[in-house]
Amino acid sequence: MIAVNERTVIRDKKRSQLGEVWRRLRRNKAALLGMSVIVLLFVVAVFAPLLAPYDPNRIDMKIRLQASSSAHPLGTDNFGRDILSRIIWGSRISLYVGFVAVGIGAVFGGILGAIGGFYGKRIDNVIMRLMDVLLAVPQIILAIAIVGVLGTSLTNLMVAVGISQVPRYARLVRASAMSLRGQEFVEAARAIGASDVRIILENILPNCMAPIIVQSTLGVAAAILSAASLSFLGLGIQPPTPEWGSMLSAGRQFLRSAPHLSIYPGLAIAIVVLALNVFGDGLRDSLDPKLRQ
Amino acid sequence: MIRYILKRIALLIPILLGVSILIFGVIRLAPGDPAEVMLGPTAEREDIELLREKLGLNRPIVVQYGIFLKNALQGDLGRSIKTNNPVTEELLQRFPATITLAFSSIVLALLVGFPLGMIAALKQNTVWDALSSFLALAGFSIPNFWAGLMLMLLFSIVVPILPSSGYGSWKHMVLPTVVLAIQTMAVIARMTRSSVLEIIRQDYVRTARAKGIANKLVLFRHIVRNALIPVVTIAGLYFGHSLGGVVITETIFSIPGIGRLLVDAIRSQDYPVVQGGILVFALCVGVVNLVVDVLYAFLDPRIKAQYR
Repeated sequence: MIAVNERTVIRDKKRSQLGEVWRRLRRNKAALLGMSVIVLLFVVAVFAPLLAPYDPNRIDMKIRLQASSSAHPLGTDNFGRDILSRIIWGSRISLYVGFVAVGIGAVFGGILGAIGGFYGKRIDNVIMRLMDVLLAVPQIILAIAIVGVLGTSLTNLMVAVGISQVPRYARLVRASAMSLRGQEFVEAARAIGASDVRIILENILPNCMAPIIVQSTLGVAAAILSAASLSFLGLGIQPPTPEWGSMLSAGRQFLRSAPHLSIYPGLAIAIVVLALNVFGDGLRDSLDPKLRQ
Repeated sequence: MIRYILKRIALLIPILLGVSILIFGVIRLAPGDPAEVMLGPTAEREDIELLREKLGLNRPIVVQYGIFLKNALQGDLGRSIKTNNPVTEELLQRFPATITLAFSSIVLALLVGFPLGMIAALKQNTVWDALSSFLALAGFSIPNFWAGLMLMLLFSIVVPILPSSGYGSWKHMVLPTVVLAIQTMAVIARMTRSSVLEIIRQDYVRTARAKGIANKLVLFRHIVRNALIPVVTIAGLYFGHSLGGVVITETIFSIPGIGRLLVDAIRSQDYPVVQGGILVFALCVGVVNLVVDVLYAFLDPRIKAQYR
């Protein structure tokens, strides 16, 4: 009887904590708007085959470079492909690349940071100097070099963008891990004979989750921007795959005669990245009200 | 002070060594043998072997790195596979364009970003605050290659007052400078806002006001000077990273700088140039961070006192 009660109490407390965050987030109109845009984007990406009016890769040279019309709301590109359909399909690639790249960065960065912060001393020193080296090269240049060496493909693009994001998670988690390792619940875990791996996975990492989530939201925005930049330079997603950055790159040659080829894909990137940044900011404020000024 | 600067320079050396090892290693991971790439697909087996011997490619990788490092310290970064010119020469030729672009953009970013953040903070929770905060967030989110194309469309095609590409006159630098400045400006504006908001609530500002000091004096002597400290740090750190943006800006506006050289080199697998280019970027980031740290000490007497 008592055991059941305790469990209920714990569950109630958890729910109220999440509820508290949600309550604060709900008051932030901009963050809610950002969240709605992201949700909408997910819906568009998932239902792309149903939502896109045309096949994104259907070439029809008779209707190339057309401006907006009722048949093609955002016009057609230099191969007569429907731009709206290509933007809708492109949302899949952008979201996929953004989330997988952040996943790579957060997992590797998180583990390295947790190890460094938990063990301290020499191991920490080695890991952090390695991160300093990665941070010494501007992110986009590091990503370009990695893609340049590995070759252009979707996987390599995600790996390159992911690796260039590793240091920010490593530093973040390290700082939290350092403050956590001296806490009583870690000592308690050690006292009952928990291994280091178990302490890191069960005690340290779950307690760093809040800053990781905030950083990841902002990280997805940064990753989408980096991936689109690489595709724009011809080092990311290759044509004819519909991807926003490479659409812009192709549209660039027609800036004078058909500017709509360049306007819409860029607008799509800007809206998504803005939404993620606004939401990330709001999430940070509601997870840690102390930071709010 | 000099001791402090020397100490910071000493800290830069291991980082640069690390970057050189990292880049050297990553490039050796590349599929394909540099000798094969240099001679093309039609080359004979013996010629490739001969070139490998000449380039030292059949020696252990540690020895290869040792030779590379020794040469690099004497200013020799090898020769470009494409043009056969010394890499150092190619980099030096293109350095002025990049540094001009980078410098003018940081100046612009500070000139616009700092006042924008000040306005937002001093008029907190008004329309001005919302407007400048939104501008900052938008600036942070707009892809710079898109901003470049849109500005080009606006000022070179619709209202043709500025050249769309090339390098030479100040007019050519206007659009690229603006494009490169946008993100840094946004970060500076946001940082300034939160920093000023914190400072105007400090006791010493209240004391200054209570003493009857004119508002303008309080603003410039007490608020601006203190707000600049974190702003300079963030601007510097971020600037180092926004240096990466020159890769995009130079490509869009056809500016013959290091960024474009690097992109071209990656596309044509000209690895010695890639290696040298990335080292130069790392060196620039390191030097910028060093300058920021020194500036910081000048702005904040508490730090200067530590290193007397």
